[in-house]
Amino acid sequence: MKPEEKKPEVWTWFDHPQNIKRLRIGFYILLALLVLPDFFIHKHTLFSSIEAIPGFYALFGFISCVVIILISKLLGFVLKKKEDYYDR
Amino acid sequence: MIASLHPSLLFFIGALLLWVLPLLGRRILILLVPAAAFLIITQLEPGTYLSYQMFDFDLNLLRVDKLSKIFGYVFTINAFACFLFAQHLKTRYEHTASLAYIGAALGAVFASDLISLYLFWEVMAITSTFLILARRTERSYAAAFRYVMVHIFGGLTLLAGILLQINATGSVAFDGFTLQGLPTYLILIGFLINAAAPPISAWLADAYPEATVTGGVIMTAYTTKTAVYTLIRGFAGWEILIVVGCFMAIYGIIYAILENDMRRILAYSIMNQVGFMICGIGIGTAMALNGAMAHAFAHIIYKALLWMSAGSVLYLTGKSKCTDLGGLYKTMPLTMIFGTIGALAISSFPFLSGYTTKPMIIEAGVHEGYFWVWLILEIASAGVFLHAGIKFPYFVFFAKDNGLRPGEPPKHMLLAMAFLSFICIFIGVYPQPLYDLLPYPVDFHAYTFEHTLNQFQLLMFSALAFFMLLPLLKRTRTISLDTDWFYRMGGRLFINGCDKVFNGINSFGDRIFMQELPKALAHFAKDPAASVQKHGARLLAEASGDDEHLARRLAEADHRTQFSAYPIGIGVILAIIALGIMSLFYFLL
Repeated sequence: MKPEEKKPEVWTWFDHPQNIKRLRIGFYILLALLVLPDFFIHKHTLFSSIEAIPGFYALFGFISCVVIILISKLLGFVLKKKEDYYDR
Repeated sequence: MIASLHPSLLFFIGALLLWVLPLLGRRILILLVPAAAFLIITQLEPGTYLSYQMFDFDLNLLRVDKLSKIFGYVFTINAFACFLFAQHLKTRYEHTASLAYIGAALGAVFASDLISLYLFWEVMAITSTFLILARRTERSYAAAFRYVMVHIFGGLTLLAGILLQINATGSVAFDGFTLQGLPTYLILIGFLINAAAPPISAWLADAYPEATVTGGVIMTAYTTKTAVYTLIRGFAGWEILIVVGCFMAIYGIIYAILENDMRRILAYSIMNQVGFMICGIGIGTAMALNGAMAHAFAHIIYKALLWMSAGSVLYLTGKSKCTDLGGLYKTMPLTMIFGTIGALAISSFPFLSGYTTKPMIIEAGVHEGYFWVWLILEIASAGVFLHAGIKFPYFVFFAKDNGLRPGEPPKHMLLAMAFLSFICIFIGVYPQPLYDLLPYPVDFHAYTFEHTLNQFQLLMFSALAFFMLLPLLKRTRTISLDTDWFYRMGGRLFINGCDKVFNGINSFGDRIFMQELPKALAHFAKDPAASVQKHGARLLAEASGDDEHLARRLAEADHRTQFSAYPIGIGVILAIIALGIMSLFYFLL
């Protein structure tokens, strides 16, 4: 296909279960570290005092995404069609 | 002299020169044109130049102010990167269409009146269609046809609005519209169609993913962002745009989540991002407009980067569906890194370009006290990370390994992606040069500890939601119905309906009037007297319930007519009856 056809180098780091496990643990630690400072700083609010609770944006992001995914899933039952839908 | 040289002119001349230059010359030319145009734009002094007359109106091709210049900059920078990415193409055809398309987009941005704007607007629609046709597949031909039909419709709506506007105000000037009425509504609809605003939005996700590898990269920047520019110029502060923008931001996310085709995911995320910009235009304050412009700048760069990484994958594997891809980090780690930079930039990850531009729009909404705008845009910000920030790189480069081992794309593609990645990081870390280009003074600080922390929380917990609900996000071999259904299936239903109704009437008429009626008449006329008598005999038999004499009477009737054996009296009686009826008509009516 290409003139300089040669075997590409193959990386497999993400194929090892222990690496995935490390990533997951790192991710959870990161999540905890991100919420931690909220307990110690004074938070500004824009519209409501609810925004001042620690981890508000964490909760906001999580719930938003869960809601978006669930709504998409529901709409998917109506909107998703087989790939040849328009070709039939 | 340079002050009145139009940057579009270089692109149009370049498009012609392509046809006389050899391959090496063409490769240099396509890089030289955007670079030179960029330099020209840096030298342009504010004012209006290049006036000409048409239909007794004074028109100006070149209006230079900070608004047109910032779009000029990003259009030419992006063009340079796109042509670097497209260096491998040997054909003249695609580059010609690209150069003319970008030239027309620049022309639309610098046009100072509605007529010049309209002319460039239509050139854009036509030239971009060739970038879809260049894919040379049945699907792309059909998609290109639908694309150009939608844009012709949009262009005609715009033209109708412009003509009514000129008729109503006597002016061709293209500035902020203040009068609300049919002319401005039509112009607004014309602009919004090009911005891919619902309901006429599906053309984008329908057509762009069917374009060629490089055509897709080029198209993402110009049509929708030219529309964003015209909305900023004409409709800043029109509150309806807030609603349209918020709707687009959510709509893009939901469809991107449902999609399987990686380039279609990115197409829907264009709608989502343009939604943010349109929302900012609707808010209309200095900060919101600054935000919309800055975000358009950042968006063009990271979006082209995303399309380049997807384009490299398509170029090397020939596949673009998430169900066919996966595990590509193994042999294309650099493409994966560049794609991820683009994906994080679009998610407005701190230290990347989206983060120093998009929050400006949200903060402008907060300043105006729009609670719902804040809520929806924050939800949409979380959703962007979901569909473009994680979903795109995850399903293409990680997830299930489908055994594809393509290797990295050619060096010029990697170089183009590295160039755009650098801009994403540069704007993210040091946004001041971009802020200096904005028309209004910038009073916005992205990097406060609290704001940055909030953003990290929002994004990382969105990621948590993604990985927790991964089973629900499993890719399926499906497409999603969008508003193009109405003209794809609707058109088919219309044709089928017409076929059933009109061809039905036709065949019914044919059967009755061409076949059965003449047959019956012919049968009757063959022996009218016998037919009448036989019919009378049958009726008589039916009424009296006496079939005994029927056969004999029928035979008699045949016999009479065959030998004309009628008593003369019968003829006389018939004549008298006919005369009686005639005289009744004559005297009574």
